[in-house]
Amino acid sequence: MTDTALNPSAFVAHDAHAHHHDADHKPGFFARWFMSTNHKDIGTLYLIFAIVAGIIGGSVSGLMRAELAEPGIQYLQGWAGMLHGGSASLDESLHLWNVLITAHGLIMVFFMVMPAMVGGFGNWFVPIMIGAPDMAFPRMNNVSFWLLIPAFTLLLASPFFGGAGNGWTLYAPLSTYGEPGPSTDMAILALHLAGASSILGAINFITTIFNMRAPGMTLHKMPLFVWSMLVTAFLLLLALPVLAAAITMLLTDRNFGTTFFDPAGGGDPVLYQHLFWFFGHPEVYIMILPGFGIVSQIISTFSRKPVFGYLGMAYAMVAIGVVGFVVWAHHMFTTGLSVNTKMYFTAATMVIAVPTGIKIFSWIATMWGGSMSFKTPMVWSIGFIFMFTVGGVTGVVLANGGIDDYMQDTYYVVAHFHYVLSLGAVFSLFAGFYYWFPKMSGKMYNEFLGQLHFWVFFIGVNVMFFPMHFLGLQGMPRRYPDYPDAYAHWNYVATVGYMIMAAGMAIFFVNLIWSLIAGKKAADNPWGEGATTLEWTISSPPPYHQFETLPKID
Amino acid sequence: MRVERTTRTALLAVLGICFMTGLAFASVPLYRLFCQVTGLNGTTQRGLVAPGGTDRQIRVDFDANVNPKLPWKFAPENPSDTIAVGARDMAFFTATNTSDRPITGTATFNVTPAQAGKYFTKIQCFCFTEQTLKPGETARMPVIFFVDPKILKDPDAADIQTITLSYTFYPVDSAKNAS
Repeated sequence: MTDTALNPSAFVAHDAHAHHHDADHKPGFFARWFMSTNHKDIGTLYLIFAIVAGIIGGSVSGLMRAELAEPGIQYLQGWAGMLHGGSASLDESLHLWNVLITAHGLIMVFFMVMPAMVGGFGNWFVPIMIGAPDMAFPRMNNVSFWLLIPAFTLLLASPFFGGAGNGWTLYAPLSTYGEPGPSTDMAILALHLAGASSILGAINFITTIFNMRAPGMTLHKMPLFVWSMLVTAFLLLLALPVLAAAITMLLTDRNFGTTFFDPAGGGDPVLYQHLFWFFGHPEVYIMILPGFGIVSQIISTFSRKPVFGYLGMAYAMVAIGVVGFVVWAHHMFTTGLSVNTKMYFTAATMVIAVPTGIKIFSWIATMWGGSMSFKTPMVWSIGFIFMFTVGGVTGVVLANGGIDDYMQDTYYVVAHFHYVLSLGAVFSLFAGFYYWFPKMSGKMYNEFLGQLHFWVFFIGVNVMFFPMHFLGLQGMPRRYPDYPDAYAHWNYVATVGYMIMAAGMAIFFVNLIWSLIAGKKAADNPWGEGATTLEWTISSPPPYHQFETLPKID
Repeated sequence: MRVERTTRTALLAVLGICFMTGLAFASVPLYRLFCQVTGLNGTTQRGLVAPGGTDRQIRVDFDANVNPKLPWKFAPENPSDTIAVGARDMAFFTATNTSDRPITGTATFNVTPAQAGKYFTKIQCFCFTEQTLKPGETARMPVIFFVDPKILKDPDAADIQTITLSYTFYPVDSAKNAS
């Protein structure tokens, strides 16, 4: 870069050369998709990647729900036999269960939600929304994406080397000397790579948002989606290195004889939990904050009103990000914390309900008196608010250290985090997908199929996850493939819910394929006067390079 | 100008990453220090002189464990002692090497309930050093301790009737090489 700046003649020559092409000139297929430095193409790659990972991770949960449909172990032994080529012992099949829950968690968190939210929509729309031609470091953007491929490959290959069955938290001592063999090492390396990818992405977003806003686009005029990505990038920047360090210590404990987490050498396994959750709690906000941003844009668009309390909304996200760093031990209430420590973490956790409440009520206030139209993105967003509120309420219940002693590791917790993530984050992802699909592809999706997808999916996930509250309150523990007959009824209902949800996903894919092939051409702004952000001022799909002359914001 | 500004932002971001990575690694010694100072997680204290008994009695249960990779037998001579808070007590554990080779072990320890950790003070303990046992050898291992009378003034700990002192013996050359 310095060379170009020091050599004006080269710069001019390059500029003259570029004039032969219009802004929409695209390189050939291989160069475009495999060597891409274009933020929109990389965003598309991320979205495709996330959809593929989502299919795999969702199928894994389908296997688990099939096994859990009835008491007893029906299928596990057969599946383990397939994996081992022949027959499998009961222990091997129980281990397969651990592998499945681990894979489901890791895939959904690191390879579905994060790539879709940050890599997909973030890449696609942060530069456009702030009026920038591209990300600050396009080639680093490319590296971010392509790091995910080997990471995912490592994770998917690990079951064939024994399988990593540590759970997504990789708690020591199970992960230090409970599971020898290469599988856990592969999973840890996969997290290293995915973490490096996200850290590079975070640097890119922070630099882009701070330095590349169009003239007049002050921080306090940025769309809320950009705000959400800015806060998310900071969370990634501060939380992921801690995970990287913690799992590096796991790796050396496993392979090089260190004893960071091994009491035999003076280590403490509880320290791993502290480090993991110091990352892990901000991580849940990393997964949901971009969703907050997406939903804010959509509610405003389809209510034809600016977001109620814009500044409050922006700083509520900042507050959630900050407080999110000092509540981690509420994941560890049963590790023997003192009463005072539990009191602090209970109170601090409940404080998060305040900025979250500001957001929920501001969304409702945005809709209040608005000229609302219930297009597909809007119904997904309203679904998001409903689901996230349910998950938030059970979160406040679980925040109590005393109650958590009873609920820890039960299906109540499973229900809680699936309501905020599987339903909250995923509903916002679908909302964003339908909202921006016309912009990204230039085609309109099918409105009927979109609405149908919403209702089938909404019913399916509620039938699946709501009964888990009952199971948890009755004491059914997480992470087991079998249960006493007393839990049979609601487990069966949950499995039926999974099948309804899967039918909803089938509708989504039909809609996706139908729209890409036969969808009507989308207007530059298909949503009307409510859609005020910059992406709606350019064509659908946007030119390969947008904003050759920077837009001015007044 | 623009290039410089973006580079500066990116470098600051990298600095943040390095800081957090460093902090995560630094947390290992910091956490140990924190546990020792505050008695978090039932980390016991070390002292020199017992302050002398009060009229409040407290029971101390002894718990002995051996890591499966260490072929030792290890047990307290008495399952529990009832002592006056503040008074010095000596308890013995016996360990036997059941293998046919000399083995060195080291014991980790803590007390429950965890909030008693900062009042449970050891004057001398076999767990402060490594212990080597010859094949078939049995050793008596003493621990001298007292319960700090300040425990009676702590509202979170004053009602504690029983403190369990727990030891786990590990092979010294760590779990990795022993298998």
